Amino acid sequence: MRRIISVLVENAPGALSRVVGLFSQRGYNIETLTVAPTEDPTLSRLTLTTIGDDHKIEQITKHLNKLIDVVKLVDLSEGAHIERELMLIKVKASGAQRAEVKRCVDIFRGQIVDVTSTLYTIQITGAADKLDAFVQAVGDAAILEVVRTGVSGISRGEKVLSL
Amino acid sequence: MLIRSLRDEGVECIFGYPGGAALHIYDAIFRQQDVKHILVRHEQAATHAADAYSRATGRVGTVLVTSGPGATNAITGIATAYMDSIPMVVISGQVVSERIGEDAFQETDMVGVSRPIVKHSFMVKHASEIPDLVKKAYYIASTGRPGPVVIDVPKDITAPNETFPYEYPERVKIRSYTPATRGHSGQIKKAVQLLMEAKRPVIYAGGGVILGNGCDLLTELARMLNYPVTNTLMGLGAYPGSDRQFLGMLGMHGTFEANTAMHHSDVILAVGARFDDRVTNTVSKFCPSAKIIHIDVDPASISKTVAADVPIVGAVDSVLTDMLALVKESGEKPDGEAIAAWWKQIDEWRERHGIYTKSRYRTDGDKIMPQDVIKTLYEVTKGDAYVTSDVGQHQMFAAQYYLFDKPRRWINSGGLGTMGFGLPAAMGCQVADKDAVVACVTGEGSIQMCIQELSTCAQYHLPVKIICLNNQALGMVKQWQDMQYDSRYSESLYEDSLPDFVKLAEAYGHVGMKVTKKEELKAKMEECFALTDRVVFMDISVDSTEHVYPMHVAPNGSMRDMWLSKTERT
Repeated sequence: MRRIISVLVENAPGALSRVVGLFSQRGYNIETLTVAPTEDPTLSRLTLTTIGDDHKIEQITKHLNKLIDVVKLVDLSEGAHIERELMLIKVKASGAQRAEVKRCVDIFRGQIVDVTSTLYTIQITGAADKLDAFVQAVGDAAILEVVRTGVSGISRGEKVLSL
Repeated sequence: MLIRSLRDEGVECIFGYPGGAALHIYDAIFRQQDVKHILVRHEQAATHAADAYSRATGRVGTVLVTSGPGATNAITGIATAYMDSIPMVVISGQVVSERIGEDAFQETDMVGVSRPIVKHSFMVKHASEIPDLVKKAYYIASTGRPGPVVIDVPKDITAPNETFPYEYPERVKIRSYTPATRGHSGQIKKAVQLLMEAKRPVIYAGGGVILGNGCDLLTELARMLNYPVTNTLMGLGAYPGSDRQFLGMLGMHGTFEANTAMHHSDVILAVGARFDDRVTNTVSKFCPSAKIIHIDVDPASISKTVAADVPIVGAVDSVLTDMLALVKESGEKPDGEAIAAWWKQIDEWRERHGIYTKSRYRTDGDKIMPQDVIKTLYEVTKGDAYVTSDVGQHQMFAAQYYLFDKPRRWINSGGLGTMGFGLPAAMGCQVADKDAVVACVTGEGSIQMCIQELSTCAQYHLPVKIICLNNQALGMVKQWQDMQYDSRYSESLYEDSLPDFVKLAEAYGHVGMKVTKKEELKAKMEECFALTDRVVFMDISVDSTEHVYPMHVAPNGSMRDMWLSKTERT
């Protein structure tokens, strides 16, 4: 099962490599990874998605917790949560295709952020599966380049991950 | 500032080797008297010696090496300590800050290289951080599940012209690190209840009991309940080896009675053990009818390979204290009849195939049997020596036949299985206790991996005794080749290439002895240990065809599936 694990780590050199190293060392898989400082400049928030059964996820969270630089973590997929990912995508848009791509962008509530005579650069946000759906809708033949940020997530309601 | 911090931390001894990036630090060592330094002959030996110093005393071992090759040579020893959860602090020199990343002379990314095998690591960014980082390093290394910590120090940080107000912190707080202390009282209650209801219990104690200072408590609990105890390779000495309730070691080369009792048990109390693959054999066939209580300070060790029915995260000494109190308080007694029947069954197993009720190896030949060497060592040292070992057949024979009544006496590389560990480890024990009797049980293969340390022994007058079980081959490799590869001895024989160990020992200024005859073994061994102030190298020719038994049947065997000899299986 796919899980979203959100981690508060010390904003210190080497902290990220310890997290990433743990995954390769123990044979766990990272699907996506995003990381940036939080409102407290001494902390970074790291969101990663991984795939595994309950036993594996339990091991991952235990081992992450053991890292000295990890302050706190939560498995967001255990409760109600919001997940978002941003994608920038360049697609061919000439002739009849141009209008078609534009319509598709509207349906997915994306924005065209840059234009040339032959292509559009589109920005689209949403859950990962929405971005997958857009990629599929536009079709491989039209796609020139895709950049995705990886998943960010936050829990719904009163629950807060902080010190 | 660094050496001052170490002194204020209470460090008495550093094992190390100087080099360019560490020269400022070495100069500081020269100009003081409080912290002693042992100059080894290879950085790997420094780490093993500091590791053994820690195992023997419970204090944190300290290593100092230079950058680049000094640091990478220390890696094997750091990994050894990491696998066995040994507290150790390794200080590595580093090139000057502004050269880092430029492939400077003797530059290695030590923090990066050591990352998977340390509990934590620090790179010092500013000299003023040193006291605080040293305090943190020793705190992290020695608390919770212990482990090695690296402090990488760029040379400019230790430059003597930089001065700062010095203050060594009394305590340290790390917001992201709170090691487990007390166990959950509800879980402890559940565990005690399960334990009291047991009909076929086994206490399975690992190295964590020694590291967590729980040996006396465990012994008290086991005796109060009259339950059988087995120790892991790392746990030997946690429960007295010569006690009636002790079943011997369990696992791949564990005793028949220990492995069989585990397999048939209904309740297992696992304390400070990690269900290593060398213990469980095939995990899916592990102890099919047992309910498992697992006490460990490291939550990640619990239910890692074998699911625990009653997991208890907490410091071993605290949890065992609580359990003992609860047992006493409740006034309940175990099911006497069931336990008596269980003991009867266990004694029958002991009688049938146990290695302590009768010799299970050939005793009628002319050759010296390796088992007899260990038995003689046990007799001559009255079971009270520090015994370090290397890795292979001799290690298993020592683990099986030297009965450790006290913790911290059996010093071996259990997790990583590092050949070359034994001799430097013996040095570490001897440095920790200069009057102690220290024996390094080794083989002619392992000893050659760190033999240069005979020179260190000479320099610091460390009169360790080397008991070399010489079978002219990599014994354990050869055993596996016998059992699984139709005796095709691929690269496991030395042919005529072995040195004359007697002359070699003498070349270093030590005493060498060669023993080839069975009848002279004991006298020579006595002679060896009578030379209390000398290093003695006993080169003992043993039967080269002997295997270590019992041995788990693998793959796909359960704990009770064992080879008992070359021809006999359970």
